[in-house]
Amino acid sequence: MSWWLVIWLSVGAYLLKVVGVVVLGGRTLPVVINRCLALIPAALLAALIMKDTLTSGQDLVIDARVVGVAVATFATMRRLPLTAVLILGVGSTALVRAVAGVI
Amino acid sequence: MSRQLVPQDMRDVVRASVVIGIASGIYAISFGVLSVSAGASVLQTCLFSLLVFTGASQFSAVSVISAGGSVASAVSGGLLLAARNGVYGLALSPSIKGSLAKRMFAAQFVIDETTAMTSAAPDQRSKDWAFWSCAVMLFTCWNIGTLIGALAGSSIDPKSFGLDAAFPVVFVAMVAPHLTTRSGRRAAAIGATVTIALTPFLPIGLPILLSAVGVFVGLLPHEDAPVSATSEASP
Repeated sequence: MSWWLVIWLSVGAYLLKVVGVVVLGGRTLPVVINRCLALIPAALLAALIMKDTLTSGQDLVIDARVVGVAVATFATMRRLPLTAVLILGVGSTALVRAVAGVI
Repeated sequence: MSRQLVPQDMRDVVRASVVIGIASGIYAISFGVLSVSAGASVLQTCLFSLLVFTGASQFSAVSVISAGGSVASAVSGGLLLAARNGVYGLALSPSIKGSLAKRMFAAQFVIDETTAMTSAAPDQRSKDWAFWSCAVMLFTCWNIGTLIGALAGSSIDPKSFGLDAAFPVVFVAMVAPHLTTRSGRRAAAIGATVTIALTPFLPIGLPILLSAVGVFVGLLPHEDAPVSATSEASP
């Protein structure tokens, strides 16, 4: 594999990370901006859950991951600790895959 | 603030970091396997995890290469996914205090998990603990996992262990504290809808970035307090 891939991806990824932290870094912002920034994790985590559960590349798919995430959602609503949520979610995905074959 | 992921004390923060670290270490094994089978050397695979250190971009770049794509398309796809770390940096910048050198060092660890942990912490002291304990655990486990996967090569099938569900499962637990307010629920609903609606039509990585439009819910007149930004105003 080309070393250029390693180099460009490393440099680019770092520059993207540093720009947000250093540009604003520690300044006091207007309340409305803070309110929007505080919503970033909600919007992006929800988006990541959808991407990691229901997509494969550019395709929308339904497979064993849906069961794992549903089980994890239930476990989270029951206020189980993170370790239990992880084990139940990953375990149920593996179980469904083993029982149902290649999905 | 009653969800268990909002830390009651520093011990809870560290415990959550350990669990997240182990989850990502398991996921990193599958990265190591995929990277080596896409033609990268063990050294290149480990450098990806040490230097790029943002999982989704690494997976995306390696999958483009293994599908026969060019370096340019692998890099641009990876960076599109990494762009959200810039948005995270904006969200975390009020919480990451200190000299320019310290903030530039901290920037390397601004990714999904550290952002979720830090933004869920109620005050500056626990934000510091959340960020750095999560950063240390993630970085350590992510790189050890990568090495194990790279050495194991193609003798492991991560999917048969359900490991591809590890990230969404952890994200479910992480997003829960952000859904206790109405604006948080609205932002999450918009983010989720945008991603699903746009995925078939846009390059990989772009829908996630565009899901950030959900934050404009914060511009609306609001009835509930923001999840974590209030503590920022009074250092």
